[in-house]
Amino acid sequence: MKLAVCIKQVPSRDWQPRLNDARTWIREQDAGFEMNEPDAYALEEALRLRETHGGEVVVCSAGPGRVAQVIREALARGADRAIHVEDDRLAGADAFVVADSLAAAMKDEKFDLVLTGLQSDDMGFAQTGVILAQRLGHPHATIVVDVKVDPSTGSGQAATVRVKRELEGGWFQWVGMPLPAVLTIQSGINQLRYATLKGIMAAKKKEITKAAAASSNPRLKIASLYLPEKVKKTQMIAGPPAEAAKELVRRLREEARVI
Amino acid sequence: MILVVAEQRGGKLNRATWETIAAAQELCRVGSLDPAITIVVPGSNVGAVASEVAAARVQNVVVIDHQALDAYTPDGYAAALEPLIASLSPSHVLLPHTYQTRDFAPALAARLDRALVTDVTGIKAVSGEIAFVRPMFQGKLTADVVAQGPAPQVITFQIGALRADQAARGDAPAPIETFAVEIDRSAIREKPEPPFQEAKQSVDLSQAERIVAVGRGIKGQEHLPVAQRLAAALGAELAASRPICDAGWLPMDRQVGSSGQTVAPKLYLALGISGAIQHLVGMKGSSTIAAINKDPDAPIFDVADYGIVGDLFEIVPALVEALKE
Repeated sequence: MKLAVCIKQVPSRDWQPRLNDARTWIREQDAGFEMNEPDAYALEEALRLRETHGGEVVVCSAGPGRVAQVIREALARGADRAIHVEDDRLAGADAFVVADSLAAAMKDEKFDLVLTGLQSDDMGFAQTGVILAQRLGHPHATIVVDVKVDPSTGSGQAATVRVKRELEGGWFQWVGMPLPAVLTIQSGINQLRYATLKGIMAAKKKEITKAAAASSNPRLKIASLYLPEKVKKTQMIAGPPAEAAKELVRRLREEARVI
Repeated sequence: MILVVAEQRGGKLNRATWETIAAAQELCRVGSLDPAITIVVPGSNVGAVASEVAAARVQNVVVIDHQALDAYTPDGYAAALEPLIASLSPSHVLLPHTYQTRDFAPALAARLDRALVTDVTGIKAVSGEIAFVRPMFQGKLTADVVAQGPAPQVITFQIGALRADQAARGDAPAPIETFAVEIDRSAIREKPEPPFQEAKQSVDLSQAERIVAVGRGIKGQEHLPVAQRLAAALGAELAASRPICDAGWLPMDRQVGSSGQTVAPKLYLALGISGAIQHLVGMKGSSTIAAINKDPDAPIFDVADYGIVGDLFEIVPALVEALKE
């Protein structure tokens, strides 16, 4: 099976937001970056499918040069090779621009199954995987929490995949579709593995193919970016832990009357 | 005109549709747009749903009734809506940001090759343009986003961002029309099976008066007793954000948020929960919210009544002590 995993590099979880001078994007030089968490689960699922069905796992990422860091990490965790669509304009690009670039770089590879995270922890549009499916001409399923591949038996019977989709409020649904297909993976679908020293050494010899970004018009413009406006007036309680705790208990008892 | 796509399952209207109708009315007002709103109801045997939404103050309701839409599929919905949008030429297509919308709206936008703004919480006029307000960076920042390119723009609204009861009702029911589409069943590639629930949930958090909820800040399963002692002292149920249940530290039926339970207790005490939007939608209706987090910029403080910035491993034992007095 030929598997692709699309990963995005996003600001790390403990990053404190700082804006650029135009207040239209973040100050990238202040940010630390890491692999988008749902994409890490998509990678793990691809590695497990390769263990069951054989084949290769190709990591695909669209972004500026800094993205090489998460590509190396994915290779160290066990992916076989990578495609990096490299362009500075892909930092902060919308889902159409990213999906068009990925589709152009991936279409000749003829992947059987493309996995990616259900959304990114930076922009959070939850669009890229589905738009990519349309651009590649494949069916898709989103918010996937289980993947069962039924490979072709050879006698003209097409390979299929059956996936468990999460619906809202504790409901689920199984959906089948022919391969090739694109799946967006929910966090928590599996237990992540981490890179071993051996994996990190092996990753240095693995191939990263560079590709150019597709020409694609932005569909969205960020007019301004700012700290959220508070919907509630929060009473912040300062002081040493013991005193702050006492004060919180007092206010919960006397003001809010909830304990 | 503005097109609102209603959501229903098995002939039952998703209440979020009313929020989207309110959003359409708000968009007309803010953008000074032609106030003609059409609601489309795709599905099979959806007459009752059409009658229900016809109570809204809108121009008309259009039903796309087809057997191939009996069970939801992205191919079926895109095939049904694409010709309607081509025929009506709306300025905007509005949908609730549900899991179903997330599954097909990007496919629809890609087929139309039109802008899609998702998870919108508000609408603004900014120097002659309409900007859609939405969270970014897990709610750490908010963005005003302007869609680019020709109409229609496809916009999805976060659940709970607008209020269903603010959707204006008409003086008389809106006329209901039908729109005939050809859908080739054999061209629908997805084969859906009936939805189901996992084993019955053993904990009904929605009935709890007080909830102590833990997030990533708890750091490890071995630290859970810290939170359990506080829950016991408060007579509260223990709950968690998604990463804790994903890691298997607490069972899935303890999860609060869009993929878990929705709760509204008298007291919600959040320990080490940053407040990603998927969590906030499940608990922001709580009467009193208190939050303890080491990050002063954590979005949980935006919805909290009381906040303490600090190390939960110091503050929580102190709370247990203070409760003894």
